[in-house]
Amino acid sequence: MAKKKQNIPSKGQPGAIHKGTFKRLLKIIWNDYKPQLIIVIIFIIINSITGAILTSLLKDLIDNCILPIVGKENPDFTNLIQYSIFFAGIAITGIIASLVSNWTLVRVSQGTQRKIRNALFNKMQSFPIKFFDTHKHGDIMSVYTNDVDTLEEMIGRSLPEAMTSIITIISILVAMIIQSPLLTVFVVVFSLLTIFVTKGFAQRSGKHFIGQQKSIGKVNGFIEEMLNGQKVIKVFTHEEQSKKDFDKVNEELFENMNQANKYANLMMPVAHNMGNIQYVAIAAIGTLLALTGNLALTVGTLVAFLQLTRQFTRPIDQSMMQINSIIRAMAGASRVFEMMDIEEEKDEGYVTLVNVKEVNGELVECEEKTGRWAWKHPHHNGTTELVELKGRIDVEDINFSYDGEKEVLHHISLYAKPGQKIAFVGATGAGKTTITNLINRFYEVDDGKIRYDGINITKIKKADLRKSLGVVLQDVNLFTGTIKDNIRYGRPDATDEEVIEAAKLANADSFIRHLPEGYNTMLTENGSQLSQGQRQLLSIARAAVADPPVMILDEATSSIDTRTEKIIQDGMDKLMEGRTVLVIAHRLSTVKNAKAIMVMANGEIIERGDHEQLIAQKGEYYQLYTGNLELE
Amino acid sequence: MGIIRKLAKSVREFKKHAILSPIAIAGESLLEVAIPAVMASLIDDGIKGGNMDVVWQTALILIGLALLSLGCATVASIAAAKASAGFAKNLRKDLYYKIQTFSFANIDKFSTSSLITRLTTDVTYIQMAFQMIIRGAVRAPFMFVSALIFALRINAQVALVFVVVLPLLILALIIMARLAIPIIQRVFKRYDKLNNVVEENVSAIRVVKSFVSEKQEKKKFADASQNIFKDFSKVGKITAGISPIMQSAVYITMLLICWFGAKVIVESNETALTTGQLMTMLTYAIQILTSLMMFSLMFVMIIMSEASAKRVCEILDEKPDITVPEKPVKEVKDGSIDFENVSFSYINDKDKECLTDIDLHIKSGETIGIIGGTGTGKTTLVSLISRLYDITEGSLKVGGVEVKEYALKTLRDAVSVVLQKNVLFTGTITENIKWGDENATQEEVERVCKLAQADSFITKFPDKYDTKIEEGGSNVSGGQKQRLCIARALLKKPKILILDDSTSAVDTKTDRLIQDALKHEIPETTKIIIAQRISSVEDCDRIIVMDDGKIDGIGTHDELVKNNKIYREVYDSQMKGSDING
Repeated sequence: MAKKKQNIPSKGQPGAIHKGTFKRLLKIIWNDYKPQLIIVIIFIIINSITGAILTSLLKDLIDNCILPIVGKENPDFTNLIQYSIFFAGIAITGIIASLVSNWTLVRVSQGTQRKIRNALFNKMQSFPIKFFDTHKHGDIMSVYTNDVDTLEEMIGRSLPEAMTSIITIISILVAMIIQSPLLTVFVVVFSLLTIFVTKGFAQRSGKHFIGQQKSIGKVNGFIEEMLNGQKVIKVFTHEEQSKKDFDKVNEELFENMNQANKYANLMMPVAHNMGNIQYVAIAAIGTLLALTGNLALTVGTLVAFLQLTRQFTRPIDQSMMQINSIIRAMAGASRVFEMMDIEEEKDEGYVTLVNVKEVNGELVECEEKTGRWAWKHPHHNGTTELVELKGRIDVEDINFSYDGEKEVLHHISLYAKPGQKIAFVGATGAGKTTITNLINRFYEVDDGKIRYDGINITKIKKADLRKSLGVVLQDVNLFTGTIKDNIRYGRPDATDEEVIEAAKLANADSFIRHLPEGYNTMLTENGSQLSQGQRQLLSIARAAVADPPVMILDEATSSIDTRTEKIIQDGMDKLMEGRTVLVIAHRLSTVKNAKAIMVMANGEIIERGDHEQLIAQKGEYYQLYTGNLELE
Repeated sequence: MGIIRKLAKSVREFKKHAILSPIAIAGESLLEVAIPAVMASLIDDGIKGGNMDVVWQTALILIGLALLSLGCATVASIAAAKASAGFAKNLRKDLYYKIQTFSFANIDKFSTSSLITRLTTDVTYIQMAFQMIIRGAVRAPFMFVSALIFALRINAQVALVFVVVLPLLILALIIMARLAIPIIQRVFKRYDKLNNVVEENVSAIRVVKSFVSEKQEKKKFADASQNIFKDFSKVGKITAGISPIMQSAVYITMLLICWFGAKVIVESNETALTTGQLMTMLTYAIQILTSLMMFSLMFVMIIMSEASAKRVCEILDEKPDITVPEKPVKEVKDGSIDFENVSFSYINDKDKECLTDIDLHIKSGETIGIIGGTGTGKTTLVSLISRLYDITEGSLKVGGVEVKEYALKTLRDAVSVVLQKNVLFTGTITENIKWGDENATQEEVERVCKLAQADSFITKFPDKYDTKIEEGGSNVSGGQKQRLCIARALLKKPKILILDDSTSAVDTKTDRLIQDALKHEIPETTKIIIAQRISSVEDCDRIIVMDDGKIDGIGTHDELVKNNKIYREVYDSQMKGSDING
């Protein structure tokens, strides 16, 4: 039952900067932070204007206040004082404006990152299981940190600086046109050339930045997988090979990082020095024109114009520098959006699970917890039917394949009446787990129907369907948090008493009490401080607290030693009492008392019946039971 | 600073780049100061003087300087990029290599997820600081000093303004750093938390979906993300003050220079200071302040990376607690194992012993079964044989030699362990099996897979032995995974094979087939089988019953059924349930 690795469809080429990424990002920011963005824009403009005013004011200060009183007997400083106060007033305005816009930007940039992270995570919760089976965990994590982080610099620094630069460029351009339109044309042409040249660097660096973000994800994925298997590496003395493999991905990251930064580092000095050359060119051309007396260009105007040229190139240099971080952010955002665009698990279910009580022999929906549940089934004709949740499962002639090619289940039909225990036995790979994956709709059947209390499960909302199914799997996953939190994972409002009761039922109570902090012991790293068996007991207790009408036990007791299993058998029996149970087990002792046993091979049910019937039938089960059959 | 010296070791072959970069930047900075001066003379002597020859001359000089500056910048850019990317590469490599030397106890001490953050996020921060330092460490002081000298030379009296403004500015920056640093240091822990939520969610997604606890998970994540938001916003708000403070400093300096400058000009009648010089003075003021700003940015980066640097150094400093003698034994003679009065505790604490006074002698080629409840010390006992942990007391010999005398590779190649918590890696089935012996032929791979009863299901896959295994082996069932892990261990051709509950998910039937294959195909190998099922061990030469870190009984199946209470209990429970081989 190898599930073929399939690429989750994503728009466009994966790992490229997608068209429209920038627009999409701006839209997200704009939607949430309209007023803030307007404030930022206004205050950045105020700040740029005050800066310009102050520069020219300084010239006036010297020309109007200082030069006139030079050499005077009794210099009159009142003019100077007045100017200074005016200067200070404008300066304070500028400082306040910059403080306000900076503060607002912090909120916008952090808020956007939070929003994107949360949106991504929320979306990920509804990705199909297949996504998680086919993507490296380290790479997924890298999107949340490395890729989202790239947005910070862009929103917080690059965009506002680019804006300041543009405002400055425009105002200086106006001043230059006033001074000399002809020379302005030279400046503009030369600046366009500068932008053109640096754009080449930007493109190269951009290409490598995407490579860099991808390599970071790859290295993180590698590190994650290897460190999680570090103990296996030790046991196989595989350290040398693992180092070699690491060197390979590490080297690739180095290459991409080196190239990306090389071109990025170069952009600023290139733009800067082209600015210098431009200055020289303008000076030479200007002098020629002025000396030949053409175009009425005076030496004074030329000097003033050259000053403006200096001021003009600075913001261009600066915006060039920001392009790096914008490109990096686009590479990051592309990866973020790529993940966001993955198709969610489809859920067209409309039947929901509600609490009911009986009034005059009829079921009535109610808010309070009654311990009785019903499926609320709205029909096409507008009526709504309440079907009491009993836990009947009907599987009708289903076929299924993971990859659309190789069928792993063929024509499976079976039913479980409410409260019945149905067992599946058969070789690994026979398709037992696959059936349960279909019942809780981790995967969808290709053909046939599964009914729950008579309702086709595709009509039931996935969340409600899964809520009514308790699952205990062989691989136990525990979460960071106390033991208590873990036991009540499926029902967070369970009381401490209920938690302890469930633990006792699963026979976990005694080992929990022996832990230093008892039920408040913190579990970390998937409960690594506990043994496999202890973790399994916790997962049984967890299912008991959730109290679902139907239970699926997939090799739930295979890591518990038989002595302990015997002790918890009572608890397990209690857990199974009154519930429909689908149990997969290797130990025939666990399944012997099942109402019906399905013997599976190669995706088909080859025998069915209760223990006595199957023994009497003297078929595969009999052979298994007596140890005469070699499966596979 | 020990940390810096330790980290600097990772620069290695990129040392010349790391040195070249600041040198080239020094040249670039020098030209940056020189070019405006030449430009001034272009205006004063050339344009204002109306001398076209001077204009051409100066223009050529300027272009030459600009090209030179570009040259320096190119060298600096390339060198800095290479040095910082290379440093990061080496640092990651050093860490990864170091972790490869860790013993199980070392790995247990750091958690896996904290090791991962150290290798990824922490390295990135250190790299950023490194790049900042090699690019800014020269430029900032260079600009600061030269601008200050020029300013003082023009007019020392007016330059005194700096003496007033600079300490105030530095004080303001220090206060800000004081406020921001504790939060910055906290932020990293918040990141760990966020990573942890994502990691757990991704690997436990089946549980999350089954329990329909997406809402809970979303809340957990939203909390972690909210904490990052809060802390980063705080840091951001504090550091957002930097540029207004700089602006104020610039304006205050300008105003003060004009004030005092004007007075000096007026009083000295433009002899001590000219208006042109006053303007130049203002340019220098801005340069001085900019260089200070660069300093403060560098400072913040260093602080931000300090916590990362410390965490990274913790790994580099960690001593692998399993050491090998200088002249290790390179060959394991046979598969005999001798425990003599062995005691063990994970934390070297006599009161918390996991194993107490184990005396056990296993002959080469024997098959030993181990039975016992969870937490009775079965796994611990076998972990000692391949020296995954060191014994606390007593003596443990393999092939007649103390395990501590062997080279680790020798010992672990001879003692093949199939761990209870086993892992397959991304790659094909063949690649995974070849972990046991990378030089093995395809025939050998297939042979061990047949022994482990894995060949039958592998050949049913469309790609057979080239089937890709997904991360953690998520695309094969538990039982298939266990059989692949056994095959992988067999390929080593070990003298001792340890199966730690390695067939729990395998059918009883297949389990039996594996046992038989092991018995007949590799009879000379010592086999130790930990199991829950009596059927898995009943044919063993001897069976050990473990209870509470001690050996409760040793004997054959029949002897134990007769004499051992625990064994009989287990046996009865399984037989009453009529297990397959009952």
